Amino acid sequence: MIATLLRGVLAGAILSGTLLLYATLGEVIVERAGIVNLGLEGILLIGASVAFAVASVSGSAYLGVVAAAVAGGITALLFGYLVVSRKANQLASGLALMFFGSGVSALVGKSYVGGVIAGLPKIRVPWLSGLSWVRSSTLFNWDILVYLTIPVALLAWWLLFRTRWGLGVRAVGENPAAAYASGRRPQLLQYQALFVGGLFGGAAGAHLSVSLTRTWNEGMTAGRGFIAIALVIFSKWHPIRAVVGALVFGGAEALQLQLQARGAQVSPFLLDMFPYLLTLAVLLAWGGARRAAAPAGLGRTFYGTE
Amino acid sequence: MRAAAALRALRQIAAWCLIALRYLAVIVVALAVFSLILLVVGKDPVKAYADTFAYTFGNAYGFSELLVRMSPLLLTAVAVALPSRIGLINVGGEGQLYMGAWLASAGALAFPSLPAWILLPLMAACGFAGGAVWAAVPGILRAKKLVNETITTLLLNYVAPMIISFFIFGPWRGEESSSYPQSAAFTASARLPSFFNTRIHAGLLLALAALLFYWLVVEKTRWGVQIRAIGGNPEAAERLGIPLVLYTVSVMAIAGGIAGLAGMGEVSAIQGRLRQGLSPGYGFAGFLVAWLAGTRPAGILLMAFVFAIITSVGDILQITQGLPYAVVNILMAVILFVVLGRQPGRRETR
Repeated sequence: MIATLLRGVLAGAILSGTLLLYATLGEVIVERAGIVNLGLEGILLIGASVAFAVASVSGSAYLGVVAAAVAGGITALLFGYLVVSRKANQLASGLALMFFGSGVSALVGKSYVGGVIAGLPKIRVPWLSGLSWVRSSTLFNWDILVYLTIPVALLAWWLLFRTRWGLGVRAVGENPAAAYASGRRPQLLQYQALFVGGLFGGAAGAHLSVSLTRTWNEGMTAGRGFIAIALVIFSKWHPIRAVVGALVFGGAEALQLQLQARGAQVSPFLLDMFPYLLTLAVLLAWGGARRAAAPAGLGRTFYGTE
Repeated sequence: MRAAAALRALRQIAAWCLIALRYLAVIVVALAVFSLILLVVGKDPVKAYADTFAYTFGNAYGFSELLVRMSPLLLTAVAVALPSRIGLINVGGEGQLYMGAWLASAGALAFPSLPAWILLPLMAACGFAGGAVWAAVPGILRAKKLVNETITTLLLNYVAPMIISFFIFGPWRGEESSSYPQSAAFTASARLPSFFNTRIHAGLLLALAALLFYWLVVEKTRWGVQIRAIGGNPEAAERLGIPLVLYTVSVMAIAGGIAGLAGMGEVSAIQGRLRQGLSPGYGFAGFLVAWLAGTRPAGILLMAFVFAIITSVGDILQITQGLPYAVVNILMAVILFVVLGRQPGRRETR
């Protein structure tokens, strides 16, 4: 009984954690460049709707994921125009982006409400998925995006900490003026970071609609964008720690689903609150202490050299 | 002397006209961009705008519906404007509205036999308390320097409707509405009075009172001076002996309470029972109203009216062109984009 519950939670944690991880990794890169994108929720919604629409029309869920990532990247550039080029307030612009995403996704997804698609194909790991403990669960029978989580997290870490580009991005996030003085182009780097973050966010949204639910509903991301922003703080702006955070939060969602599926005598609406309350608890426990780990220039507008 | 006074008055009027023109330009640009988006998806923007105009200004009832929408918009806008003066960003108006609706409903359902003159103030107090608690939590966390209030207020927006769902699917589920989750209908004494055979209700007076309260407190009292002092420079204000924590928490609580009154108005006057989907995003729209109005009371009044029209565009698109209501969010976002992109942010000091 406990073993099956555990297995269910683990399997669910990996599935629900996948999109949280992609979203968190994207936001980590963006925030490392000194920009808070509160509109991540909007990007997730656009990703989810575009992926579903493209997958429905073309019949290829893979194409849907690619289209969603590109759409996410473009949306992030629009946000970038406001906060980087026009130096607009980042919080307000982020909220505007959330509205924008909610509206655009409703428009894109309009004709697909109620539709179900085949979704991303599952790929079995030959030997591991046959193990007796694993066989009846979704473990080792995942879609491509789940398998790619760890490589992508490593890639994000490598990009940020082992490339010239990453050094530049982090320099801009800490002190744009100093980065400029040392010959970097803060605005260009911020645009690039936003685009990469947007790609990740779009793919994250895609995983929700073309793999987890295989349907489209208005507002289906239900605040996961904000949970991901909290996870960035939890993971101290570090891609590898983000994996742990995403698993824990995916686990919270999975535990709640498992309890519901097992007919726990608790209202599903109360269980639904669990991930949000856990997010608040995590922010409470670490939000203050971890601020020291934040990029020094986070949220500040760089006025450049004029 | 008289000529100078006249000249000054003329200048003042010219300045107002300029501000009004600027607002108008923003709206026109946003409507144009939104038209393009509608054209891309094969809808007719001109018809949508004309329909909205005909619906809202074509007859007395349509116009009265604008005033109906204005009450929650005004309240949620004040709930954003007040904390912004102290340097807080309250994006939790939607959740606070729902919690106000929830606690006000608790009052209405618990004491159905009370006469209206006791029950309605009780419900208003409950509504205020519900929103106040929901906003005080982020306020405390912020004041204790634990978590930024933006993210907590946003997160709590998602929790509040779940609490309502729990009650209307569970303990409060009305007997006559077994197929549709909602509470039992309130008694007549729990309904806010409406005027002139329309849905304009006493909540509008409440909203105007809240706006007046906001203006009086911020501009005319010692509290207001201290609130603005904290908003300007928290460290200096603290050194002057202004109790930062107390002010932060109470301003958030009062703001949340005001948003909670909007929820009370919706359940008491419009719905007459507690149900899901009370608000088509009034809390978020209120944020935009306050942001665009620059937190000036007259601006809030004007912008609340403008946003009442804009949300009507959403209804029109839904009814006549078969688009989801949420599409109107694009229009709201574009308005904000235009405003944010037009005026580069001021240099902020932290």
